[in-house]
Amino acid sequence: MLVYTFDRTLDGVLSAVFDAFSLHQRPDALIGKGEPLPLFCEEVHEVETADDRAQRVWAGLEKRVSKEALRLITISFQSELPELNTPLFHYICKVFRQPEGTRSIERNFSDPDVLAVTNIFRRVMHERLRMMQFVRFQKAKDGTYLGVVAPDHNVLPLVVAHFKDRFGDQPWLLYDAKRRYGFYYDRQEVTRIMFQNGDALPFDLGTGKLSDEMLSEDDKLFQDLWRTYFKAICIKERMNPRKQLNDMPQRYWKYMTEKQ
Amino acid sequence: MLTEKTLEKLRILAESAKYDVSCSSSGTVRGGKQGMVGNTVGGVGICHSFADDGRCISLLKVMLTNYCMYDCAYCINRRSNDIRRATLAVHELEEIVMEFYRRNYIEGLFLSSGVVRNPDYTMERLVAIAKDLRMVHHFNGYIHLKSIPGASRELMNEAGRYADRMSVNIEIPNENSLKLLAPEKDHQSVFTPMKIIQQGVLENKEDRKRLHHVPRFVPAGQSTQMIVGATAETDRDILHMSSAMYSQPTMRRVYYSGYVSVNTYDSRLPVLKQPPLVRENRLYQADWLLRFYQFKVEEIVDEANANLDLEVDPKLAWALRHPEQFPVDINRDDYERILRVPGIGVKSAMMIVNSRRFNRITSYHLKKMGVVMKKAKFFITCHELADGYANPIVGINELHPERLKPLLISKAQQKKAAAELQLTLDFEEEKK
Repeated sequence: MLVYTFDRTLDGVLSAVFDAFSLHQRPDALIGKGEPLPLFCEEVHEVETADDRAQRVWAGLEKRVSKEALRLITISFQSELPELNTPLFHYICKVFRQPEGTRSIERNFSDPDVLAVTNIFRRVMHERLRMMQFVRFQKAKDGTYLGVVAPDHNVLPLVVAHFKDRFGDQPWLLYDAKRRYGFYYDRQEVTRIMFQNGDALPFDLGTGKLSDEMLSEDDKLFQDLWRTYFKAICIKERMNPRKQLNDMPQRYWKYMTEKQ
Repeated sequence: MLTEKTLEKLRILAESAKYDVSCSSSGTVRGGKQGMVGNTVGGVGICHSFADDGRCISLLKVMLTNYCMYDCAYCINRRSNDIRRATLAVHELEEIVMEFYRRNYIEGLFLSSGVVRNPDYTMERLVAIAKDLRMVHHFNGYIHLKSIPGASRELMNEAGRYADRMSVNIEIPNENSLKLLAPEKDHQSVFTPMKIIQQGVLENKEDRKRLHHVPRFVPAGQSTQMIVGATAETDRDILHMSSAMYSQPTMRRVYYSGYVSVNTYDSRLPVLKQPPLVRENRLYQADWLLRFYQFKVEEIVDEANANLDLEVDPKLAWALRHPEQFPVDINRDDYERILRVPGIGVKSAMMIVNSRRFNRITSYHLKKMGVVMKKAKFFITCHELADGYANPIVGINELHPERLKPLLISKAQQKKAAAELQLTLDFEEEKK
């Protein structure tokens, strides 16, 4: 069994594809460096990530598949799931192995690799929607709106455009508590930020709550109003906690005002 | 400035508004604008939260006031009910909407009102708020306005300029039953505003063809709602009404609201301990069949089956009544026929027709694509050889529908359906 290892970047995947073709090999799996190797692994090839090779593979992909398929590749990679690597790698290899002029395999859902990548893509897009649904902002004294989240997949870059479009006239900070980075919008542009000193965070990482001296005066009132509304809108005769959990899984609750 | 009193008012008015089930914030895509707050995303819309009853919270659903001059038997806000009444001040409501929106709590406003003084007076106040939000607060999010039956055409036309969606509720599909429960209303008072909105939208469409700067009029169309289980109408009556509604060019959604006994003392209404939730669910399933699966009403419910089967979903019920339509060949039959197989939805049907151009689809592939094989396997062939005489392919035609049906119903489903058909009486002793 031949295994390729790579540095867990998308360029790494593309470089691996380049290597597979230049070495005339058909590796059985692509796994991240440091992950345990599968059983009966006879040969390991370490892929060196190279920008120019990745570029060439990407340019080749652009010629062969539709825009949707390119989007599928980049977005599914945001899942950060280890089980994505091998199917994604095989998917790209299959695109290049197809004879010219044949129908692109991107719509062949009976192919296990295409199906696996598509399913992961759907999961990422679903969580992207959930970010748009469940982010809760608190207003700080200086007028910045803070929203803290901890998504399973790295979806924050995918929702930035939405929040910029929607809240174009207010400065906001979206922070990923799991990956320890965020996006700050200053009413002009969005910048990716990180806090250098982990202790100096103005909010609690566990609850996403702004500290009292930072929170604007009327924010407590609006949080109370929202909680009151949330309780009042429920019809007692129709209680259905199972559906609530289905649509709003508990892992998102810790940063949501109405469930705190 | 908002105070504790606002909190109480919001509670009262949300509780008054919650029986209106319309919730969606879909139907229109409008990007953010310079100097304004908000956008609308279209597509499936965004639900910002889910209440403990599992219903989504997308818009701030609230009434401006719950004082009402009408006395409709099914309504919590009828004038003879002894409930707490409140009215939100215009600035209070506007501040709540803006602040909630900025915190990403809501997608916009769903504003309704009890009728005070006369329809025009009430409608005018609703319109004023929508206008204020747009012009003063530069709100670019979603606004759903309830149109008050009986309001003048001028007011409706003004409302349509600010609102994304407008709605009038039919409530009861049969006019005689409506008159019994709501003597002050008739179907005419519902259909007139619907017509006005529709005319406005169509005229606006024509105008926009010639002049591009004309603002859009009710871009997300209209919706309506029917109460289920308060009167004797069959599902057939209800679905015929829905289908007639959907044939209008601007009608986007019909909602079904299982009747919650809010006014137990009124002898014109049935005493239900639980709202008919299974029936409501089946109606929504039938509604989906009408909208996305190209079914006709008469295929779902006919004279012999005027009510939907509570035990099985309407698509499966149709399949069981029509064994002659099966088996469907997954590799050859067209999309429309594949879509009619129980256990195959729009998503998997699309995947099947896309994939079968590359190679033959087998039951293994179907399972991987997410088809519910437990149901679908009785209705399809996919060119697989049977294991021999010992294990022949068993389809609906070999098994016969009457023997197949029990195999497809789970115990839990049976129990749920039976519980809904069983009349439970609410004894006073029980409560103690």
